[in-house]
Amino acid sequence: MIELTDIKKVFNAGRPNEFTAVEEVSLSLDSGKVTVLKGPSGSGKTTLLGIIGCMARPTSGRIHLTGPLMQGMAFAPKGAPAEVTSLPERFLTEIRRRAFGFIFQQFNLIRGITVLENVMLPAYPMGDDFKSLRERATRILKDFNLSGKLSSRIEWLSGGEAQRVAISRALINDPAVIIADEPTAHLDTKLSAEFMDIVKRLKGEGKTVIIASHDPIVFDSPIIDRVVEMRDGRISGEHIRS
Amino acid sequence: MGRLDKQRNIIDFTLSSLMRRKARNIALMLVYTLVVFVLASVMFFAQAIKKEASIILKDSPEIIVQRLVAGRQALVPEDYIEGIGKIRGVQSVAGRYWGYYFDPVAGANFTLMVTDNGPAIGKIRVGKGVLRSIRASEGDILPLKNYVGEWIVFRIDGSLSSESELVSSDLIMISENDFRKVFDMPKGHYTDLVLDVRNSRERAVIAQKIKDIYPDTRPIIRDEILRTYDSIFNWRSGILLVIMSAALLAFIIFAWDKASGLSAEEKKEIGILKAIGWETSDIIFMKFWEGAVISLSSFMAGIILAYYHVFFASSSLFEPVLKGWSVLYPDFRLTPFIDGAQVTTLFFLTVLPYTVATIVPSWRAATVDPDSVMR
Repeated sequence: MIELTDIKKVFNAGRPNEFTAVEEVSLSLDSGKVTVLKGPSGSGKTTLLGIIGCMARPTSGRIHLTGPLMQGMAFAPKGAPAEVTSLPERFLTEIRRRAFGFIFQQFNLIRGITVLENVMLPAYPMGDDFKSLRERATRILKDFNLSGKLSSRIEWLSGGEAQRVAISRALINDPAVIIADEPTAHLDTKLSAEFMDIVKRLKGEGKTVIIASHDPIVFDSPIIDRVVEMRDGRISGEHIRS
Repeated sequence: MGRLDKQRNIIDFTLSSLMRRKARNIALMLVYTLVVFVLASVMFFAQAIKKEASIILKDSPEIIVQRLVAGRQALVPEDYIEGIGKIRGVQSVAGRYWGYYFDPVAGANFTLMVTDNGPAIGKIRVGKGVLRSIRASEGDILPLKNYVGEWIVFRIDGSLSSESELVSSDLIMISENDFRKVFDMPKGHYTDLVLDVRNSRERAVIAQKIKDIYPDTRPIIRDEILRTYDSIFNWRSGILLVIMSAALLAFIIFAWDKASGLSAEEKKEIGILKAIGWETSDIIFMKFWEGAVISLSSFMAGIILAYYHVFFASSSLFEPVLKGWSVLYPDFRLTPFIDGAQVTTLFFLTVLPYTVATIVPSWRAATVDPDSVMR
């Protein structure tokens, strides 16, 4: 479970261009559910996703993580919720690496290296045995019908293929939570529908999925459990479907 | 094992990264190798030749006495031996016969010398450089033209082996009788005299006494020769390094620019790696390996090429500057000698700055918030 309490994020604090991206956000996200952060551009969705995924610290407020999210983290108190905003950077990196899988709007795959290497990248610092890591990455890519593309370079892939590679990369460390930022922004209707099928599959596997999107194909999908509406950095509404 | 596997995984990615910018990295490595090659060649040559000089001088006479007439070297009369031998502190005095012989066929200057226990009349012993120059081997004949233009044929009785080829390369050992026949050396005269002294600290005093008794002589102390060798080769290395310094400077600017400036793409990649769970230290390790692979392999390649160039190819590229054209004319091979301290200095001057220059900007880029890739 992810518990956000009174989160605020200010950029360029104290300067003339100070900007508050997120304010007074309190939210509780259950494990195994699919949540969409919905809202127009500039509403604070991406900033909030970054804070949830331990990529950035809030200016104020608290984030508590519990359950399977903190499994295997040496620094986390057993059973009790762990407050993560005050943790040193290297602990945040470990949480990011083990608990979260990220799918970025631009996919953010590394050009010039192969599909297989891209998928393996998040696991390199874990110190896993290279052979077993390679087998794991190959298996995940096979699940996404990318067996024939293992040695292909990223720049040779179609948009749909690139996204499936990005999803495979997000799954390599078997995270409990998948975070996706505008995942359908660069996909046509058919590919967007395919993406939602993948989300359905991930949900079926017990993953928690958090998506930031203003695409109706995403937030109107029947597999979505909860839609959190955002505007001007604040939560403006909420729909729970299940 | 986990830490080792982690480093192996990071190195694996580093190598893939380097291969992505193949042309740029190969160009950089070529220039880098060239710079190390030039510096190491000059260093190896200067060190090895100074080492050779010290080997030669270890067994050379403590004082050599030459005679000068009108500023030119002249033959030393026999009676000088008796006069110098009477000076207190002189242990022994002996006359030497030696001279230069230009062989037009080989196009090389040979040094003919008479020594105790030398070859029999009609026979000679020669250095390896002489054998190479005339393409002969032991048992062959070598005709030498005497002072009136007649050919005298000598049989090569053996070749000279020496700790330093510089000592023996151009040397022809000949009997006193044959030496006189070739050069018309008058009886009762020597090329120069060699002295041993009882107390090595008295060399300078004895040299001064010789000069006082025989004002037309020039006594040369062994240490002076060693100092001259050192100065000559230090000066020649310096000249070459000054010429190369422009290239060196250009390389430093090029390498610094390449290593310290991160492109927008590289910065973005560092952001992605951080976002997907790489720590700042992992990124620094990656960049460390990247710098180390480029600089270490270029350094090793440069050192190996320089070693081959100096000790097997007779420093052919810098020969005219380093050796001089007249002093050491016949081809000779230096005895391989490497000064560990100098190689270490070269290592710290080339590998270390490059690696640091690679790491620092990456560390700066890696300390940014990973969420920058989302915006």
